[in-house]
Amino acid sequence: MTAAGAAEPLLYLNGVTVSFDGFKALNELSLIVEQGELRTIIGPNGAGKTTMMDVVTGKTRPDFGEVFFQGTADLTRLDEAEIANLGIGRKFQRPTVFENLTVFENLELSLADSRATWRTLFARLTPNRCDRIGATLARIGLTEQSGQPAGALSHGQKQWLEIGMLLIHDRTLLLLDEPVAGMTDRETEETAELILDLAQDRTIVVVEHDMAFVRSLGARVTVLHEGSVLAEGSVDHVQNDPRVIEVYLGR
Amino acid sequence: MVSLAPAYPFGPRKSAWSPGFWACFLACGLLLAVAVPAINLWMPPNSAAALPDYLVPLLGKYLCYALLALSLDLIWGYAGILSLGHGAFFALGGYCMGMYLMRQIGTRGVYGNPLLPDFMVFLNWQKLPWFWWGFDHFAWAAAMVILVPGLLALVFGWLAFRSRVTGVYLSIITQAMTYALLLAFFRNDMGFGGNNGMTDYKDILGWDVHQPATRLALYLASVAALGLGYLLCRYITSSKLGRVLLALRDAESRVRFLGYSVTNAKLFVFTVSAILAGIAGALYVPQVGIINPSEFSPGNSIEIAIWVSVGGRGTLSGAIVGAILVNMAKTWLTGAAPETWLFVLGALFVLTTLVFPRGVVGLFRQARWTRPRAAAPVVAGEQA
Repeated sequence: MTAAGAAEPLLYLNGVTVSFDGFKALNELSLIVEQGELRTIIGPNGAGKTTMMDVVTGKTRPDFGEVFFQGTADLTRLDEAEIANLGIGRKFQRPTVFENLTVFENLELSLADSRATWRTLFARLTPNRCDRIGATLARIGLTEQSGQPAGALSHGQKQWLEIGMLLIHDRTLLLLDEPVAGMTDRETEETAELILDLAQDRTIVVVEHDMAFVRSLGARVTVLHEGSVLAEGSVDHVQNDPRVIEVYLGR
Repeated sequence: MVSLAPAYPFGPRKSAWSPGFWACFLACGLLLAVAVPAINLWMPPNSAAALPDYLVPLLGKYLCYALLALSLDLIWGYAGILSLGHGAFFALGGYCMGMYLMRQIGTRGVYGNPLLPDFMVFLNWQKLPWFWWGFDHFAWAAAMVILVPGLLALVFGWLAFRSRVTGVYLSIITQAMTYALLLAFFRNDMGFGGNNGMTDYKDILGWDVHQPATRLALYLASVAALGLGYLLCRYITSSKLGRVLLALRDAESRVRFLGYSVTNAKLFVFTVSAILAGIAGALYVPQVGIINPSEFSPGNSIEIAIWVSVGGRGTLSGAIVGAILVNMAKTWLTGAAPETWLFVLGALFVLTTLVFPRGVVGLFRQARWTRPRAAAPVVAGEQA
């Protein structure tokens, strides 16, 4: 890619196309997320939001297009683990925690330690690491449950644990896929506060349906439709855009 | 060994190396390594508690099977890799040992050829094939016992795990692997004795394999191998890597997104497991006195999975218990009512799957946990 001045965008997607059996999930999608930004992405079902995250995290290879992280790392050539180790963390739509491990162990596996197989074989749980886990447990409010299998948590608690798993590893970029799905209003508010707090020292991309939640984040919004960007701007701007209204209400 | 895992400050996970564990481990070790030989050597042969010499290799055989089951439990119980071809690694280890034992026969064979084993003379072979070189040295054979199964597992595992072959597909290709080896080893041209395999061994490291003292030594070597293998597996499964394995067993793609290489983690335990299986095979061959291609048969490998599930998958000790129990039953039943054995084996598998999925050890643990604290707070809907 070309040298675009001093500040490289953190995430750069250009002309990304992904098709499944002829259906174009992403259609020449171009998107730039700047360093330190909080970005929300909305769009009707099938607009390509999750596919976009799959492409960034290496789960899906695009047919065409370029995807760069920090200007130099070509994400289309790396696998999931390598991309994760670059500092890109992802929270899934359905909370996926390791159900047979305890809450504590879920966080232990997420610590920013070496991922090499040999190193994990001899890894030791130092007091320093325990402190980090303890601090994260306190932050996500699961200290009491730390010894329980994660499978025994409630839905909302699992979502929080998953956010905690992203938190404990100092990621540069967090991708959150519907972080408040299935949460109560109270939990949704708390999650919004947590995300705003996290956004102060890292870049976050949130995919969400819940417009009240999107509004409470108050961030720049990108609207996806049929695999490409339909509109971009503040919440008020996109909500008043006639094309956005048509897409959301017209069918 | 010192305690390796510090206590968890927030979670009630017990250290894998507690004094209680060591007490159990040493008690079992003493029973197998001291009590059994003592009874064999000093009990008068006509007393009720006597252990006749011919039973020692039988016990040794059970222990080899136990090590084999342990190796399968490491990958199946913890990493969710159900290999239905693990008998192949066992047989390859056994063949390496068999080749050493054949070379030890020397001129005492039927044809008296100092270099070639009898079956090669019979097939009119003129010289020793290159892959038999070095097998007259025990050290070389011992190295091959580890390297041959290890390398096969490394290559096979790399191809399979890199392409993300999992679940039942992996089980099927492991069956295909062992079946392919079965067919290959049946061929006389392969140079491993074809259909008949290798037998009629004379001595190992200069000791007559038929002498009771040698057999007792082989039995003790099996006890040692099983004990060390168990400690190794316990170390792996209680390390952080062990938790990575449990995590990928339940949610493989999630582990990738955390930045762990699923391929490498699986490849590591698969290779360790194959090496353990190979060692088990190498100890098995001198005790039963023969190795032939039937050890590669797919049915054998499926049987290993049954031992593990009867004993309790994902418990390590269950694999040992299961292998010994099922094989004792097999020895007894194939003598008492041979035609019923396969039905009993099938029934056992159905029963463990439906009624007690956590096996004998699982039942035992459940009984122990539920008695003292009647209302355990957590484990309501544990199976995900």
